Amino acid sequence: MKAEREKNDPKTIISGKISGKLKAVYRVSAVVLAVLLFFMLATVMIGMPDIGNKNNPDNNEVAKRYIENGLEETGAVNIVSGMILDYRAFDTFGESCVLFAATICVMIMLRIDGQTKEDDEEAKKVTFGIRESAFSLIDSRNYEPENDSILKKSALLVVPLILVFGIYVVLNGHISPGGGFSGGAILGAGLILFLSAFGFSATEKFMNAKTVKITTLVSLLIYCLAKSYSFFTGANHIESVIPLGTPGAILSSGLILVLNICVGLVVACTMYSFYALVRRGRI
Amino acid sequence: MDFIKNFPFFSIMLSMFCAIVLSVLNRKAAKYMTRIVLGAVVCLSVAVLFFTIQRGESYVYYMGHFPAPWGNEIRFGCLESLFSLFVSLIAFLSVVAGTKAVEDDVEDRKENLFYILVCLMTSSLLAMSYTNDLFTGYVFIEINTIAGCGLIMVRQIGKTTVTAIRYMVISILGSGLFLMGVTLLYTLTGHLLMSNIKESVAELAQSGEYRVQFTIVIGLMLVGLAIKSGLFPFHLWIPDAYGQSNVVSSSLLSSTVSKGYIFLLIKIFVRTIGFDVIKSCGVLYICFTLGVVAMILGSVMALHEKSFRRMIAYSSIAQIGYIYMGIGLGTAAGVAAAVFHIFAHGATKSLLFISSSEFTEGSHTKTIEELKGLGYKYKFSAFCYSVGAFSIVGFPLLAGFVSKLLLGGAAIGHGAMQWIALLALAVSTILNAIYFLRTVIYLFIPDKAEKTDKPDMVPAYSMNCEDYVFGILILVMINLVLGLASGPIINIINNGLDIFS
Amino acid sequence: MWNLIVRHLNDLVAVALFVIGFADLLFQKNMIKKVIGLNVMDSSIYLLLASQGYITGRKAPIITDGVMSAEYYINPIPSGLVLTGIVVSVSVTALLLSMTIRMYKKYHSLDLDYCLMMARGEG
Repeated sequence: MKAEREKNDPKTIISGKISGKLKAVYRVSAVVLAVLLFFMLATVMIGMPDIGNKNNPDNNEVAKRYIENGLEETGAVNIVSGMILDYRAFDTFGESCVLFAATICVMIMLRIDGQTKEDDEEAKKVTFGIRESAFSLIDSRNYEPENDSILKKSALLVVPLILVFGIYVVLNGHISPGGGFSGGAILGAGLILFLSAFGFSATEKFMNAKTVKITTLVSLLIYCLAKSYSFFTGANHIESVIPLGTPGAILSSGLILVLNICVGLVVACTMYSFYALVRRGRI
Repeated sequence: MDFIKNFPFFSIMLSMFCAIVLSVLNRKAAKYMTRIVLGAVVCLSVAVLFFTIQRGESYVYYMGHFPAPWGNEIRFGCLESLFSLFVSLIAFLSVVAGTKAVEDDVEDRKENLFYILVCLMTSSLLAMSYTNDLFTGYVFIEINTIAGCGLIMVRQIGKTTVTAIRYMVISILGSGLFLMGVTLLYTLTGHLLMSNIKESVAELAQSGEYRVQFTIVIGLMLVGLAIKSGLFPFHLWIPDAYGQSNVVSSSLLSSTVSKGYIFLLIKIFVRTIGFDVIKSCGVLYICFTLGVVAMILGSVMALHEKSFRRMIAYSSIAQIGYIYMGIGLGTAAGVAAAVFHIFAHGATKSLLFISSSEFTEGSHTKTIEELKGLGYKYKFSAFCYSVGAFSIVGFPLLAGFVSKLLLGGAAIGHGAMQWIALLALAVSTILNAIYFLRTVIYLFIPDKAEKTDKPDMVPAYSMNCEDYVFGILILVMINLVLGLASGPIINIINNGLDIFS
Repeated sequence: MWNLIVRHLNDLVAVALFVIGFADLLFQKNMIKKVIGLNVMDSSIYLLLASQGYITGRKAPIITDGVMSAEYYINPIPSGLVLTGIVVSVSVTALLLSMTIRMYKKYHSLDLDYCLMMARGEG
C-alpha cells in the first residue's frame, strides 16, 4: 500500500507531466481574467444607485408593505422572518429542499452500507477505493477520543449551554434575530462537540441513523404540508384558520413558529449527519 | 376559480413530497412510487396543457395569501405547461425504460436515493418552468444543479467523482454569475417579479438611463446560464459527465436539466427584460456566434471521438448550439424554432442514450468499432437507436427534420446572418449524418470475428424486460409525433410565445 | 472621482471579492482552495445585497417600541435573500467538500488536474 502510494505520489507524476509552463499560463490567465472582470463590474457599480440612499429603486412599495403591514399580516415581530416564511415562502421552501438534496448527495457518496463487522470485511473486498482505507468501521475506532479529560469536562460545561441557546434561537425566530436555520446550526454544532468529546458510543444512544431519518422525514413532511395548506388556501382565497396570536408572544405568528422548529430540526440533523458521514461513513 | 388552476402547484408539490417520502422506502417501493408520482405529474400537466390551450390565455397563481409583488407567484400559459409535460414525460419514460440500467449501476441500498434525486430534479424543473419570480428561479436552479451532480456520481466508479466535481465547479461558476446578475437587476429595478421588472426596464430603457448596466446584467445572466447548459466554450464537462454516468442520468441531464436552464433563459429574455431591449443591446450576437461555433465544433469533435457514449455526448454540444443559434436570430420565429428544437432534441437524445444502454451494458461495448454486428443480436434496440439517429440527422418524418426546417426558415431574411446560419446548418447536418450513420452502419455490418462468443455477453433486455420495451417504444412514438404532427405543436408554441410576455 | 469611489466603496469591495473568488474557483487546482474561492465569491454577493438594502441611519427590521413606520427601518428584502443564499452556499460547500474527501480516498491527492489525469488513465 505504502509503496504504491509513493509510486503514485502526485508530485513525482505532476512534475513529469504537467510542466511549469502550464502553471504560469494558469496564473497569468487568472490575473488577466480577474482584472478584466473587475473593471467591467466596477464600471457598472460606479453608475449604480448610491448606497444608503432612501430614494433607491429597491425601497419601493414592496418593502413598505412588509414593514407597515408585516406585523398585522404575519404576526411576526421580526420582519425578515415574516417575509421569508410567509410572504416569500416558496423561495424558502426551495431553500430547504436544496439542503435536503445536498444531504442525499453526501449520503450517496459517503454512506457505507455494511452494518456488521463481516459486512465490513466483505465491503473491503469490493473494488471501491474508498472502502479500503480509513472509512471502514474498524478504522474509525482509531479516531475515537481516548478519555481526554480536558475535552470531556469542558464539553460537559459548554454543550448544555450551546443546546439551550440553540433551542432559544429557534423558538424566538419570529420575535428576535435568528430563526430555524441559525438555531439549527447552533444545535448541530453542540451535537458535534458532544460527539467529538464522548465518541459515537455516547451519541448513538439518542442520535442514530433511524432517529435522524425519522426526524428529518417528519419535519420536512410537516413543513411541506403546512406550506401546501397555506399556498392552497391563499390561491383559492380561502381564509386560513390558523390564529396569529398576540405579536411578541412565543406562541404567536401562526405557522411561522412551526416552520422554524421544523427547519431547526432538519438543519441540526443535517449538520450532525454531515459530520458523522465524513467521520465514519454512516450516521 | 377553476379547480384545474391548482394543478401546476399540485405537480410541483407532489414530486417534492414524493422525494421526501422516498427517503424511508426500500428500493422496490421507491421504484414504484416514483413511477406512480411521475405518471401522475404527466397527467396533471396534460390537463393543464389542454385547459390553457382551450382558454388561450395565461393564469397567475398566488403561492400564499398575498398578491404578486409581495408574495411569490407562479404563472402558466400553454408554453409553460407544454414544457412541464415534456420534462415530466421524459423523466417518467427514462426511469421506466432504464430500470435495468439503474439496477445494474446503483448499489441496492442507495437505489431509493437515486429516485429521490430524480423526483427533486423533476420538481425543480417544473418550478423553474412555472415560476414568475427571478429569485425563486435561482433557488430552483441550485436544486437542479445539486441533483444533477448526484445523478452523475450515483454510478460509483472512481472517475465519476472527478467528473462530478468538475461539473459542480463549473456549474457553481455559472450560478455565481447568474446570482450577480439577479442582484444587480434587483438594485436597478427594485423588483424580483418578472412582470414588474419588465415594466421598470421598459421605463428605464425609454429614458436611456443605465444602458451599460443593463447590457452587462443581461450578459452576466446569459453567460451564467450558458455555462450551466454547456454552450460551446463552456462545454468541457459534457463529454465526461454524459459519457460516464448511468444512462438514465445521462438522458435526464442532456434532455431535461440543460434544457431547463435554456427555458429559463428564454423566459428572462422574453418575459423579464423584454425582447426589444435584448435586441438593442447586442447580446444576441454573442448567442448567435457561440451557437454557430458550437454547431460546427461539437460535430467535428463527435466525429473524432472513438468512444460510443462520448460521441453521443459530443453531439449534445452541437444540438445545444442549434438552440442558441435559434434564440440568437432575434425573431419570434427563431425563438419558436429554438423551443421546438428543445423538445425534438430532448426526445431524441433520451431515446439514443437509453437504447444505447443495451450495447454498452449488454456486451461491454465502449468504442464505436466494437458495435460491429450487434444489430443482429439486439434487434429491437438497434432499430430504435437507428430511429433516434435518423431523427437527429434530420431524416424527413422525424422530429429532427422539422426543427431543422424551422431553424432554416427562421434564418431566411436576415442578411449576412442568413447565410452563416444556413451554411452552419448544412455543414452540421452533413457532419451529423457522417458520425451517426457510421454507428448505424457498424451496427448492421455482420461481424466476422468471433466476438459474439464472448462469455460475458448478456442476453438482450428487450427479450425479458417489458419496461424497457414500453419506455423505448413510447420515446420512438414521441419522435414520430413530433415529426408528423408538428403543425399543432408549432401552433401551441407560437400561441404560447404570444402570451408569454 | 474620489468622491464617487467613496460613495460606492461597498460595491467596489464586493466586486473585487467576487472577482477574486471567481478566479480562485476557476484556476486553483487544489480542491480546498477552490472551496475557499466559492465561499469568497458567494460572500461577496451577500455583501453587495446587504449594502444595497441598507439605508443610512435606519435600524434592522425588527419592530421595536411599536414603531411601524417604513421611515424607521431598512429594506428587509435583501436580508431575506441573503438568508436564503447562505443556506444554498452551505449546502454546496458541504457537497463539494465531501466529494473532495471521496476523491482524496481514491487518488490520494487534492489536485483536480492530477486526479483527472489518473481518471482518464483508467480508461
